Amino acid sequence: MTETVTNARTTRLVVSRRKEGDDPGALRYDTFDVAVGPSTTILDALVAIRRELDPTLTFRHSCFHASCGTCGMRVDGREGLACVTPVPTRDEVTVEPLGNLPVVSDLVVDMNVFYDEFDEAGRPLVRADDLIPECAPAEGIDQVERYEDCIECGICLSACPVAGSDPRYVGPAALAAAWRLIDEPRGRDPGPVLSLMDDEQGAWRCHLAWECSEACPSGVDPAAAIMRLRGAAAAARVRRLFSFGGNR
Amino acid sequence: MTTNLPRQPFHVAIVGGGGTGGALAHDLVLRGFRVTLVERGELTSGTTGRHHGLLHSGARYAVKDRESAVECIEEREILRRVCPGTFEENDGLFVAITDEDVAYEPLFVESCLASGIPARRVSREEALRLEPHLNPDLKMAVQVPDATMDAMRMPLRFFASAKAGGAVIRPWTAVTELLVADHLVSGIRVRDLTNGVEEEIQADLVVNATGPWAEQLAVMAGCDVPIRPSPGVLLAVRGRWCNMVVNRLHPSGDGDIVVPQRGLSVVGTSSWVVDDPDDLGVPEDHVERMYAEGAAMIPAIRTAERRAAWSAARPLIGSRDADSGRELSRTFKCFDHRETDGVEGFVTISGGKGTTLRAMAETTADVICRKVGVEAPCQTREVVTLPHTAYYAA
Repeated sequence: MTETVTNARTTRLVVSRRKEGDDPGALRYDTFDVAVGPSTTILDALVAIRRELDPTLTFRHSCFHASCGTCGMRVDGREGLACVTPVPTRDEVTVEPLGNLPVVSDLVVDMNVFYDEFDEAGRPLVRADDLIPECAPAEGIDQVERYEDCIECGICLSACPVAGSDPRYVGPAALAAAWRLIDEPRGRDPGPVLSLMDDEQGAWRCHLAWECSEACPSGVDPAAAIMRLRGAAAAARVRRLFSFGGNR
Repeated sequence: MTTNLPRQPFHVAIVGGGGTGGALAHDLVLRGFRVTLVERGELTSGTTGRHHGLLHSGARYAVKDRESAVECIEEREILRRVCPGTFEENDGLFVAITDEDVAYEPLFVESCLASGIPARRVSREEALRLEPHLNPDLKMAVQVPDATMDAMRMPLRFFASAKAGGAVIRPWTAVTELLVADHLVSGIRVRDLTNGVEEEIQADLVVNATGPWAEQLAVMAGCDVPIRPSPGVLLAVRGRWCNMVVNRLHPSGDGDIVVPQRGLSVVGTSSWVVDDPDDLGVPEDHVERMYAEGAAMIPAIRTAERRAAWSAARPLIGSRDADSGRELSRTFKCFDHRETDGVEGFVTISGGKGTTLRAMAETTADVICRKVGVEAPCQTREVVTLPHTAYYAA
């Protein structure tokens, strides 16, 4: 294991081994018995499996601290980042890839679909910080720079019941990214993004299940962003309605 | 801005999908090479993605490792240019807590300035105004142009650009064998872990860009790389307790840096040496030390909720007798194994750090050009890389 523990227990990990092109109905799982300690995470356990039991196991990971967003997966059916999900104190734990994205191999999903939608929102990576009161800029400093909270992990998309039933839905991550651009345009015209998301497959498709905000490991609250997008879209429609002689 | 260099008839296989491999793929593609990069896991899943996310000004190295310090400040400026919108540029503070720290300040500032690193003395009052969560007992501080990087997304820009330029990037592809005959490496044998298919990839040159795994790969060709995998423990706590990168103003030691990352603060690091970079462990006493040393600079860290603790292995070059890793230089080295082991067609790049990934690539690509007799200037100082999201473009 990745740490020295005296009170190690053994947990059985039941890991999905589907490959690209497999019949989605044909589920295949392998089981691995792993010694775990009190702070062993699902990612630690997967790394140990790959090192000691099966070098062919594939999964995504990079930063090990909930910053890169690569290790999103489902543990006993619930979405989470493997690097900050402790191995539950149960005899058996099931680990599966994120839902609503194509599986490439084992726990690896194809993120291209996610980024295609995400890219449409066109949100920059770095923003000016106006949301973190504990670290407001010092007097005399105009603003500080800060990465956006969204770590592009795909967990919200996996947790979303609408995305599960309708692949045309833009999805919570892209909508939340769009809202960030509209909320803080940073010199860009937010109009086109708002029009894009003011669509029946955009902001209006959400069912208010709030699963995305529940599952987000990075405090983004996509559901609230979708509600604000709706407000902005409705306001823009009203403005258009009354802009006689305007250019629309 | 880019010159369209003629296509070269040479194929380079890069082993290792960390920042160095990505930057090298980008550099070689711009010089007209055909490139295939293989990585056994996800890109940046080795050392690159696990680092604390510091874009070094070089100040940390100025006193004892001038070469690394100068490399850092130069590369910092280049990366800001070729990776726009990728860094939190809030500067860094080196804070003096004890009289001993204060006594270190003149040498520190002098060494920074001599390395070309802007360094400004800041009073206790100003430091506390800039960063209200700092230890109120601090004596003074020095401001330097440190910044925060996203340890995965910054390198991904290089992968995205390389891919758009025609490089074949293959994560989840493990090298099972180097193809060696008569002291010549002619390619790699790989297994695609996504489908189990094994194949041979012929190459005019194979580059070992596996960081702390460099020795493991080199022995497959009967070569030697004097690498010391030197892990350090990092601790991420909840709460963004600073906007600037906060360092302790003293000689490099354990737990002397706090890097803000989104809603987290990352404290690093410790240093020891291991034989197997796949088996690092996270010693709990090191985690405790991160809490204690981090709290010496920012007291709120003491009680902040632990988000994650992990280890990352630095690929330090140097004597196998080194016992802590601290005494080894943070600079990098490119080994042409024809010169070191009499093996042709095989080059290792190792050492270095995230901040110098581009420079490491430039040096390696220069060696490659010289080996195959191609004259093609490096363009990565000027060519703006694609956004990280472009890596995933269909």
